[in-house]
Amino acid sequence: MLKAVLKKILNLIPTLLGVSLLAFLLIRLVPGDPVMLLLGERGADPQMYTEMKRNMGLDRPMYEQYFTFLGNIFQGDFGHSIVSKRAVLTEFFDRFPATLELGIMAMTFAITLGIPFGIIAAIKRNSFFDFTLMGAGLVGYSMPIFWWGLMLIIVFSVKLGWTPVSGRIDVLYEVDKVTGLLLIDSWWSEDGGFAAFKSALSHLILPALAMGTIPLAVVARMTRSSMLEVLGEDYIRTARAKGLPYARVVIVHALRNALVPIITILGLLFGSIITGAILTEMIFSWPGIGKWIVFSINARDYPVIQGGVMMIASLVILTNAIVDILYLWANPRMRH
Amino acid sequence: MLLDVQNLTITFNTKTGPLTAVRNLSFQMEMGETLGVVGESGCGKSITNLAIMGLLPPQAVTSATHLSLEGKNLLSLNEREWQCLRGKDVAMIFQDPMSALNPCYSVGDQLIETLLVHAEMSRSDAALESLNLMEQVGIPAPKERLKAYPHELSGGMAQRVMIAMAISSNPKLLIADEPTTALDVTIQDQILRLLKDIQEKRQMSLMLVTHDLGVVAQNTDRIQVMYAGEVVEAGLTQDVIHHSTHPYTFGLLAGHPDARKSGERNHKSRLPSIQGMVPNLRQRPKGCQFHPRCSFAQDTCRLEAPQLTVTPGISRATRCYYPLNRGEGRTDQC
Repeated sequence: MLKAVLKKILNLIPTLLGVSLLAFLLIRLVPGDPVMLLLGERGADPQMYTEMKRNMGLDRPMYEQYFTFLGNIFQGDFGHSIVSKRAVLTEFFDRFPATLELGIMAMTFAITLGIPFGIIAAIKRNSFFDFTLMGAGLVGYSMPIFWWGLMLIIVFSVKLGWTPVSGRIDVLYEVDKVTGLLLIDSWWSEDGGFAAFKSALSHLILPALAMGTIPLAVVARMTRSSMLEVLGEDYIRTARAKGLPYARVVIVHALRNALVPIITILGLLFGSIITGAILTEMIFSWPGIGKWIVFSINARDYPVIQGGVMMIASLVILTNAIVDILYLWANPRMRH
Repeated sequence: MLLDVQNLTITFNTKTGPLTAVRNLSFQMEMGETLGVVGESGCGKSITNLAIMGLLPPQAVTSATHLSLEGKNLLSLNEREWQCLRGKDVAMIFQDPMSALNPCYSVGDQLIETLLVHAEMSRSDAALESLNLMEQVGIPAPKERLKAYPHELSGGMAQRVMIAMAISSNPKLLIADEPTTALDVTIQDQILRLLKDIQEKRQMSLMLVTHDLGVVAQNTDRIQVMYAGEVVEAGLTQDVIHHSTHPYTFGLLAGHPDARKSGERNHKSRLPSIQGMVPNLRQRPKGCQFHPRCSFAQDTCRLEAPQLTVTPGISRATRCYYPLNRGEGRTDQC
């Protein structure tokens, strides 16, 4: 088991190198010149332009720029933002907790509802519940996040007034950063923990719903089909023949086997959560990395984009590695 | 009497209409007896077993004038009562041991779980007992094997584990549904001997379901041959094997390769086989169910279904109007 885990980790290195190359190249393929954008439309003095370009290192050949970028990464230096002059890593970790909190909430929503829904649909196959659920799942899956997010805002924030429209927490509350996750940090807020927590939660619900809908639909459908397959297996008949209660047969014997493909899907969904974060954060003005990346792309902030993309990609890859390890746990046959 | 089945009929409600898999099946089993149930695939053997275990799918409708195990009426049990019965009073082992064990749990986990469902004991006691069971079914290095996962076992070992699981609560009836079909021939014999051995030690009744007459001939007290959901011939093993009168039983026996004979046999001669297929249960033939495949069929056979009738002077019953008179024929078989 340990050997298999180490092997998985070693396999990450070439993937990460590939990602670094892509992150570096992609932004340079986008039309637009960061120096021009920085100088503004009026200040295009040729001499100033060349000087600035040299300062940023953009006058050197591509491969040289890439190797400098790569070498710096190995030293833990992801560069500095052209716009804010702050270190990319600092900016990243300032915003990452917001995205993490949103992502965890969305995934929790998807898993805690999706798996039970899928199980019930599989057990009560072809029932009214099954049809309704799978129909709703299909709708949820096909829903564009930006449209769904706006609809949620219109109904719950504008018409019903139940939740705030945007942001992470009410401006009234001063929350010191400890973990960066407001649901936790808000308890130590000066103006009363519970009220601040409630405010943070009410801000979080809609974006998490918007972001978690597609994963929820995917998880529910996947659980259903995986459970249906497993419930027809011989070992389920054995488990029933042993006299086990049906609930135990379903949860212990069937679900554990059905989890194998579900875990795989969850790993892939984490990647789509990041994509979802970009859209969701724009709609709900959520101060996370999704919004940060979009602004940086608009500003052609090369270091932020390549550094940020590198960090995000590493996270997705790391999550997938964790998923692979979970997979080993769920499926003993893979351990060799 | 341990098991009493009277007029058991099992019908599946399918989209294209009802499908009767088992028709008016009646048989009994005594304590400590071994019954062999023989027949081709699709003749209702496994369905009958699942009915005795209460494991039929919901679209199956079971009816019987009487169905009891140790005097307990099985027809009126609810799901909770079935759970108490399954694995405790009646246990089952299946055809393919590799797929019958859950791949996600170790052998030990699955054994301990079985012990804990039916008996009040601590987990450590159950662990000791499972070690004991592993020894009883002849698994070498049982302590290490308890930690193994099913995919790490051979087919024979996996079937031994299944047997250990099945006998863990000391059932009165053990149903072995094609227990050796998926195994190598050399292993088959070991498993059958193990089953016989355990049955004698524990005074269990054993129902040995198979399509292989060779298996039942050596290991059973009585045989019942099934065809299209009905018993076509039943009786003491020796009587059925040596004095088979139903053309179907006879066909099964003739289709059994005989090692002693094959040396003498001309290489060009083929092993006899029963022509045709088991009838489609949606369009059952009129009259005798076997008549479309029977080379001795007469007009009566095509019109009216024969009843199971006991042959005088011998403990065997046949469902045939024109039983074959070849009592002398098959003594060399077994």
